Amino acid sequence: MDMLETSAEGPFVTGKVRLIHAAGMHARPAVKLTKLAKRFQSQVSVRASETADWINAKSVAKVMALRAPRDATIEFKAHGEDAEAAIAALIDLVATDFPDAGA
Amino acid sequence: MTMRADVAGLSFRGRTASIGFARGPFIRISAGENRARTAGKPEDEALALREATRSAAEQIAELATAAGGEAAQILEFQVALLEDEDFMHPIFVDIGNGHAADAAWLSALDAQIEDYNSADDEYLQARSSDLADLRDRVLHILRGGERQAPKIPRGAVICADDLPPSRFLEIDWSAGGGLALLRGSPTSHVAMLARARGIPMVVQLGSLPDGATALLDGESATLELDPGAEQIALFERRREAHRKSRASARAILRRPAATWRGEQIRLLINIQQVEDLDHADAQYADGIGLMRTEFLLSGPGGMPDEDTQYRAYEAVLRWADGKPVTIRTFDAGGDKPVAGFTPDGEANPFLGLRGLRLCLARPDLFKVQLRALARAATRGNLKVMFPMVTVPAELEAARALFAQAVADLQAEGIGAMLPELGIMVEVPAAAMAIGDFKAAFFSIGSNDLAQYVLACDRTNGALGNLIDPLHPAVIELITRTAEHGRRAGVPVSLCGDMASDPACVPQLLHSGLRELSVNAPSLAQIKQTIDRLSHGGSGG
Repeated sequence: MDMLETSAEGPFVTGKVRLIHAAGMHARPAVKLTKLAKRFQSQVSVRASETADWINAKSVAKVMALRAPRDATIEFKAHGEDAEAAIAALIDLVATDFPDAGA
Repeated sequence: MTMRADVAGLSFRGRTASIGFARGPFIRISAGENRARTAGKPEDEALALREATRSAAEQIAELATAAGGEAAQILEFQVALLEDEDFMHPIFVDIGNGHAADAAWLSALDAQIEDYNSADDEYLQARSSDLADLRDRVLHILRGGERQAPKIPRGAVICADDLPPSRFLEIDWSAGGGLALLRGSPTSHVAMLARARGIPMVVQLGSLPDGATALLDGESATLELDPGAEQIALFERRREAHRKSRASARAILRRPAATWRGEQIRLLINIQQVEDLDHADAQYADGIGLMRTEFLLSGPGGMPDEDTQYRAYEAVLRWADGKPVTIRTFDAGGDKPVAGFTPDGEANPFLGLRGLRLCLARPDLFKVQLRALARAATRGNLKVMFPMVTVPAELEAARALFAQAVADLQAEGIGAMLPELGIMVEVPAAAMAIGDFKAAFFSIGSNDLAQYVLACDRTNGALGNLIDPLHPAVIELITRTAEHGRRAGVPVSLCGDMASDPACVPQLLHSGLRELSVNAPSLAQIKQTIDRLSHGGSGG
């Protein structure tokens, strides 16, 4: 699903996934998502609709402010050396509904 | 709001956040105020904030370690916020512009709290008390206060405007007690903590006068202040009734298996969607007897792709952790039309293209589900059943498609296997010719079986009295199917509403069924019903 594209900031990787979490992007998923994003060197952005501005996926305050409801499509964008790994890991986290182990 | 003042004490009603009963001294608590800082040099103020957030994070981490589990996860959000550079940066900019550390911190947190409070989402509103908790903790440190646990007598009914999760965790609940909040929300973190600890909690009580003693009833969401003897007696009677019903149902659930006449009765659960597994009693089931998959068809994206389906099936298998999971292929049609899938304009949809008939007519869509199931089969104890089967040829056609899906996946290098295949017994012809089906298991769909045997549309309310699943003709077919299973060594279960009805369960056991699949909220009651049958003497 990942695509390699190029923008002004250089090549980036994107990916999207449906949010299946019953309560939407509330505190616990947001904490897990930002913690995981911080493990990567790449700059990682996230948005919850195609028209929204990209926000920093490493900021829990910003991710909470997405107010993404259940079934929202979450889009990620990363650029940096480990961009592909970051996108794969984040998509997996959301797709597997933020499991407790390893987060 | 005041309900009545004609008895000795006053009674107030709020909203239930956590069920339970508490009787004890009535204690009000509020967040203490400290003196504000005078701004020092910006470097000093920035350093003070950095140190205050570090000690706050340490305090929270200690609380989290002591509390564990869900509480720890809740507190993690507060730590994450302290470590959020995007969030902290503007506060340090403010300090650089000459503001005192506490003032800069306070205005940033108040703005965030205001933002959460103005959200439409009740869940987000509830998070504002976590932010207030964090705000007060850091503020307290910045203003040189020593944080100390509030002096609260054990077993007290504690009254506060709202209560932050960390304050809840500092209170000694070992002797019980309860929480009466003037504001607050049933979906707040503190409500989750109260439910997890079994502490009664009532929220949104409005304003309350002072009192010396209180009765808190989390079930009816009432608080009674300075109660009279009569109120106390009524309260104790409600508490005792609640305790008895809870204790017997929970105790029953924890027993390993229900038995009747020395034989184990396996009790499984039906789920409509993955979230149904969140029910507290689901963990006590012997497995999942019926997972419906129609919910996948009603998502916003139309027909779900293979990966979406696989994830849903895999999530349930992961939850089941080796226990059997029976997934039913799409049962659309009849009273469950699906745009773009079920045919339009059928005169008799219940007698039309529904269940497996429809899937076999649309192999393009069916194949996607079979591929997802074939992949999921490698991840746990999966069984797959087909609904609305009339003749053995339908089962064999589905089996051939399934085998082809497995072969295709394996050729693509993707792990896949053919799970055990069974059928729903709901068409009378299938029940009567049950010996002709080469199925690994049978599951009786008693709702549809009764509808077809009795010629009653089960969605037609005017036929309510006629559509009786205990009608001798329906029971005859159930008994016949169970007997066939016993002779042929093929497991037979029943997953219709009858299994969740205590009035029908004795008959089902007499008919020879030893496996029932019920709704999770009925699990305790059905287990209790079987227990009473085997110990009460009426089971003979």
